[in-house]
Amino acid sequence: MSDERGVDRRGFLQCMAWTGTGLLWSVAGGVLSSRAIGVGTAEAQTAPASFHFAQISDTHIGFKGAANPDAMGTFEAAIARIKALDPKPAFLIHTGDITHGQKAGAFDVASEALKGTGIDRAFYVPGEHDVFADGGTEYLNRFAAGRPGRGWQSFDYGGVHFVGLVNVLTYKAGGLGSLGAEQLEWLERDVAGLASSTPVVVFAHVPLWTVYPQWGWVTDDATQALAYLKRFGSVTVLNGHIHQIMQKVEGNVTFHTARSTAFPQPAPGAAPAPGPLKVPVEELRGMLGVREVTYAPGKDRLAVVDASLA
Amino acid sequence: MSPWRWMALAVTAVPALLLGASSPAWSQRDGGPQIEIKAHGYGTPQLTVPPGTTVTWINHDDDPHTVTSTENVFRSPGIDTDETYSYTFTKPGIYDYFCTLHPLMTGKVVVRSGS
Repeated sequence: MSDERGVDRRGFLQCMAWTGTGLLWSVAGGVLSSRAIGVGTAEAQTAPASFHFAQISDTHIGFKGAANPDAMGTFEAAIARIKALDPKPAFLIHTGDITHGQKAGAFDVASEALKGTGIDRAFYVPGEHDVFADGGTEYLNRFAAGRPGRGWQSFDYGGVHFVGLVNVLTYKAGGLGSLGAEQLEWLERDVAGLASSTPVVVFAHVPLWTVYPQWGWVTDDATQALAYLKRFGSVTVLNGHIHQIMQKVEGNVTFHTARSTAFPQPAPGAAPAPGPLKVPVEELRGMLGVREVTYAPGKDRLAVVDASLA
Repeated sequence: MSPWRWMALAVTAVPALLLGASSPAWSQRDGGPQIEIKAHGYGTPQLTVPPGTTVTWINHDDDPHTVTSTENVFRSPGIDTDETYSYTFTKPGIYDYFCTLHPLMTGKVVVRSGS
C-alpha cells in the first residue's frame, strides 16, 4: 500500500466517517489509511497477521431511550459480529460506558453477555457512566481489583505495548475529563524502558484529542500523556465516548473514536447538546458497530476494521 | 410558607428567566420550586430560597444526569429521563452543585433567611 493511496483513503474516511459506513484502516509506518469495507472484510481476515483484537465501546447496558428501544438487541448483534470474526481475536477491549445508569447488576449483564463472543480475555477502561454514581467503587472492585492505581493498566502482547488509561475519575464541577498527576507519572514510568520502535496502542474512554470541548469531548491533560508517547514510531489511540467514528493523525499518533452498540450521538455542534440521537429506524444499525484491529509484525502494519451492525 | 413568600421568589427568578432559555426556569411543585434539566443544562443555574425549602429537579433529557453537591452536602443518584430528585435545604448557605456525568453542567442554590 503506497503512502499516496493512503492519503486518498484518509480523505475518503473523513467523508465516510459521518455516514456510518464500515471502513478498513491500515497502518504503514505509523500512518493510518482507510477504505470502505463490505466484501473487503475477507481481505483483512486473510492478511498475514500474527494477532488481532476486537474493540467494543459504549454498550450502555440499561439504556431504554427513544434513540434505541432495543439496546440489548443491538448489543447482542455486536457480540454476534465479534463472535463471527475468524480467526478468533486474541482479546477484547471495552472502551467504557459499559453501563448506562450504573444500575445494580448492569456490569454482570455486560460481562456475562460478552462471554458470548467466545473470547476469553477482556480488558476494560471505565466511562463516566460506569463511575458517576459511586465515584468508581463498584467498577474498580470488579475490574481493577489487585492492581495498583485507579484502574489504569498496561500489558504486552505480540510485540505491541498496550496502555489502558482512565480519564473519567476526576470529574470536577465545570471541568473536563482528565488523567491526573498520579496516572501521568505512572504512564511516564510505564513506557520509559520501551524501545521507540515498539508499537503502542493506547485505549481510554474520553478522546485523548480535542474533539469538541464545548461538549466535554476532550481530556484536559492528554497533551502531557502524548508527550511521553511522542518518541514512538507508531502510536494508535482508541477511544469511545462520542458514539461515532472520527480520526485524527498527529505525527506518529493516530486517534480513532469508535461507534457505540447502543445509540448514536450528534456530530460535534450539530445539536444543542450531546446525547442519544434519534435517527430513522432503518438507519440506526448503520450507526452502531464494533471494531477489529489487526497487527502484523515485520510488516509494521496495523489494520483497523470498523464494522457497522447494519 | 405563605403564598406571598412564593410570589416574592417568583419575582426574584424573573431575571433568570429573561437570561435563560425559552422554557420556564423553574416552576412550583408540591409547594417547592422545580428546576428543569434540559439540553445538558439546569433551567435555573442560580436559585435563591429560604431555609426549609424543598427543591426538585426534573430531567427532560434522554441522558441521565445528577445533582451533586461540590461539598458533598447532597448527592442524587442518576436521574433518568422524566425522573425527579428532591432535596430540602435546611441551613442557610451557598450550595454549588454539578452533574457527575457532564461536569460542564453546574448550578447553585442560595439559601438565605428572608429571601
